[in-house]
Formats: sequence, C-alpha cells, structure tokens
Amino acid sequence: MAQEYMLSVIHPDGFPTAPPEGVDPEAMFAAVDAFNREITEAGIWVFGGGLMPPETATVVDGQGAETVLADGPFAETKEVLGGFWVITAENLDEALRWASKASKACASPVEVRPFQPHE
Amino acid sequence: MTVPAVSDADVERIVRDEYARVVATLVRRFGDVDLAEEAIGEALLIAVRSWRRDGLPPNPGGWLVTTAGNRAIDRIRRESVRDARQKEALVLTPGSTDPLGAVDDDRLRLIFMCCHPALSVEARVALTLRLVAGLSMAEIAQAFLVPETTMAQRLTRAKRKIKGARIPFGVPFAQDLPARVSSVAAVIYLVFNQGYLATTGDAPIREELCAEAVRLARLLRRLLPDEPEVAGLLALLLLTDARRPARFDDEGTLVPLAEQDRGRWIRPLIVEGHDLVRECLRKQRPGYYQILAAINAVHTDGPATDWRQVLALYDQLLTVAPSPVVRLNRAVAVAEVEGPAAALAEVDALDLVPYHAWHATRADLLRRLDRPAEAAQAYDAAIALADNTGQQTFLSRRRAALPD
Repeated sequence: MAQEYMLSVIHPDGFPTAPPEGVDPEAMFAAVDAFNREITEAGIWVFGGGLMPPETATVVDGQGAETVLADGPFAETKEVLGGFWVITAENLDEALRWASKASKACASPVEVRPFQPHE
Repeated sequence: MTVPAVSDADVERIVRDEYARVVATLVRRFGDVDLAEEAIGEALLIAVRSWRRDGLPPNPGGWLVTTAGNRAIDRIRRESVRDARQKEALVLTPGSTDPLGAVDDDRLRLIFMCCHPALSVEARVALTLRLVAGLSMAEIAQAFLVPETTMAQRLTRAKRKIKGARIPFGVPFAQDLPARVSSVAAVIYLVFNQGYLATTGDAPIREELCAEAVRLARLLRRLLPDEPEVAGLLALLLLTDARRPARFDDEGTLVPLAEQDRGRWIRPLIVEGHDLVRECLRKQRPGYYQILAAINAVHTDGPATDWRQVLALYDQLLTVAPSPVVRLNRAVAVAEVEGPAAALAEVDALDLVPYHAWHATRADLLRRLDRPAEAAQAYDAAIALADNTGQQTFLSRRRAALPD
C-alpha cells in the first residue's frame, strides 16, 4: 500500500516574477519539466502544477447563511505556496529523495507532507 | 518445589536488557510503535506477576516477545471489529516466528528509525533512549534537563510523525547512510554516558548501558567499516570504558584520572581503541568523535597524560564543535598547561550554571588557587546538582578537606 505525499513548493512572495538572485527562470522551468517527466516515467505522479500568484486568490467562507468572499490570500505571508506535486511513495525515505530532486528542479525548499489514508 | 525469589531489581534489569529486542521485534511484526509499546506495557505487568509467582522463565526475553506479541494480536483483533483495514493488515503481515537470534539487525533498524533526520534532534535522542535503551521518561527528562511532561510530549509527537509520515523501520539507502551516522553516533554516545554517569540507582555506573552502547557501536562499525566517525565513536567508548574499573574506589567514590591506578585499566580495550584511533588518523577525515577518541588515546598512552597534546586536540575539537561544554573540558587542559588562574577565567566566562560539572570544575580550580571559601560554595552547588552517587561522595570529600 503506497502512501500519497504532497510536495509543496515554498516560494518567497513574488517568485518567480521576481526570482531570487542566482535563479534563472528559464533553466528552472526546464528542470521542472524534466522532473515531471521523470516522476511520470517512474509511475509515482498523481497530480501537480504551479499556482498563479497569491493576489489571484479569493477566500470563500460559506459557513454562514450567506457566502462571504474576500479578495486575496487567506493569510499574508512572506513565503507562499508556489505549486505542488502529489506523488506516491512506499515510505518517507522515498518521498524525501523525490523531494530533494524536486527542490533542486524548482530552486526552492519543498515541504513534504503525507496525506491522510484513503478509506 | 521452591520457586527462586525474583526481586523487583531482577525484573527491572531483565526488562532493561530485553527492552530493545522486544520493541524491535514487535515493531517489525506489527509496523506500529504505539501498539508495540502498549503491548510491552501489558506484557511487563503480566511478567511481574507471573515471574514472582513461578520464578523466571528459562528465556525471559523470548517470553516477553511471545507475551507482548499475543497482547498486540489481541489488541488488533479488538480494534478490527471497528476497523476492517487493520484486520486485513494482520492477514498481510502474519505473526513472525523468528527466533531471538535474528533480532540484532532489527535493533539497528529501530535505531535508524529513531534517529531519522526528519525528526528533531531532541526527538531522536529521546526515542532512542526510550525505545532502544529502555530508559524511563524520568531518566530521559533528567538527562536533558527538561520537565518530564515536556519529554512525554516530545515522544508522543515524534511517534505520531513516524506513523503519519511513514518513517520507515529499516536501514537507509546506501547513499543516505553516512549522513545518518552522525546522529546515530550522537545518540549512542549519550546512551553510553547515561550508563557511565548513571542518574538513578545506587550503582554509580550502569554497566549494562555502557555495554549496550559499545555493542551498538560495534554493530554500526560492522555495518559501516569505512566510516571514520564510526571507528572514532567505537574508539572513544572503548578508551573510556577501559578506565571504568579504576574510576571509582571500593567505596564507590569517583577517582580523578590523574589519581587512577592505571594497572586496573582494561588493557585489551585500550589496545583496540588505540588501533582504531590510528586507523582514523590514516583516513585523514577528522570529525567530532575521532577527535574525542584521540584525546582519550592521549589520556591512556604512557604513564601520564600529555596535557599539551590534549589542549591542541581540544583546540581542533572547538573548530568542529564550538560548544560551552567543549570549552569547559578544554579549560581543564588549560589548567594543566597554563595554570588554574587562566583556566578559571575561561570557566567563569561560560554560561553553564545548571551544569554540575561547571561548578565542580570551578570548585577544583578555586581550591588550587587557595580560595577555600569560594571553593566551598562551588562544591556545594556541584553536590546539589550532581546526580551520581560516586561524584557526590568525591565532591563532598574534597569539600570536607578544604582548609577553614
């Protein structure tokens, strides 16, 4: 039974429009494409993609009688979710090795978090 | 037929000795640390009752594995009524009938799991001391100068992460192995020290803990024969352990290194330790444990310690581990090379007030500087903080011998 892990790409706010020094966006996108091919061939790719910047976000709160909309991200933070992969792995060691490759490819730290098991 | 009496101390000793084996076997069988611990807890209660009534079984370790295994299966069955998935898991991983002889590698797997770099350093140490060394929560908390509740929370959180994130019970990938070694080495060294300077009980040295640490270091060395830090760790433990018979007198009082009867040191351990240190020097990849081992090689070479060499090695150690405790130990060498006044200035600059060795070192330096009133105060603070009976007796005698 394989476990699903989410690899979240942690970007400083503004990345990749204003990439940090030493990061070439073209090279980064090429490396991410190569990583995507690699995990697809390895058969562990579940889903993934890059996100538009936080200012495109809308927070929806439908808990009350009327749904309330708010412009912008839920919380203003210095680091934002830039994109993510969902992969399958046998255990954390395998997931961490893929995350290490993912981090190199997208030139950012990657947070690894297991999904709750499916019922 | 009379049943041989089984004391609480017997039971405690056996449990301590067998704990890691039992945990490792159950974790491999059931893949669940909490289940293993709960089952062992139940098995220990049964063991105390049954062993007191019927005497010790021929193989207490095997008895504990079997009994804890049965308790774990009972638990899974009870929970399976509510949760069909666990029933399936039980079918997929049938109960193992491996003999205890296959357990050594499981203990190493357990160690690598406990020392996984995805866990905080504090959690790695706590887990290993709890699950591998079988120390109580109180002992672990005391060893790390934190409240018991903090330690309990730390362990609970770490176990949740092992389970939730699927930290594997296994030996790491070959490429990851060296990177995992230093945290394992740190933990083994701590286990050794926990035994060398026992924090509970009347015996100043818990020999079984030192032996356990040495055994683990040897196992690690067998697995990683080319890793100099593993050789350094083993050398450090052997050269320290070799002095054990001379370290306390017949009344259990600490004997300082310079006053130890070198004839009582365990010669074969010193020879083996020196061989390992030479092997490390040839590899020319120095590290923390290798430098500590080299310091202990100097202490055990010839009729007396060459303190200039020791001081030079502490300077090298500070470049890889610039910690206040290293500076404190370096100051002891400074006292021998440059005199107690220079050493005291360095010791006083360190912020180690909760640490008994800081007070004990200050006390000794003040005594040598003929400042008995201040020395007495420092001895009192050291005695209050020392948790080893041999140390306490030694410090009390030194304090009593101060001039008025």
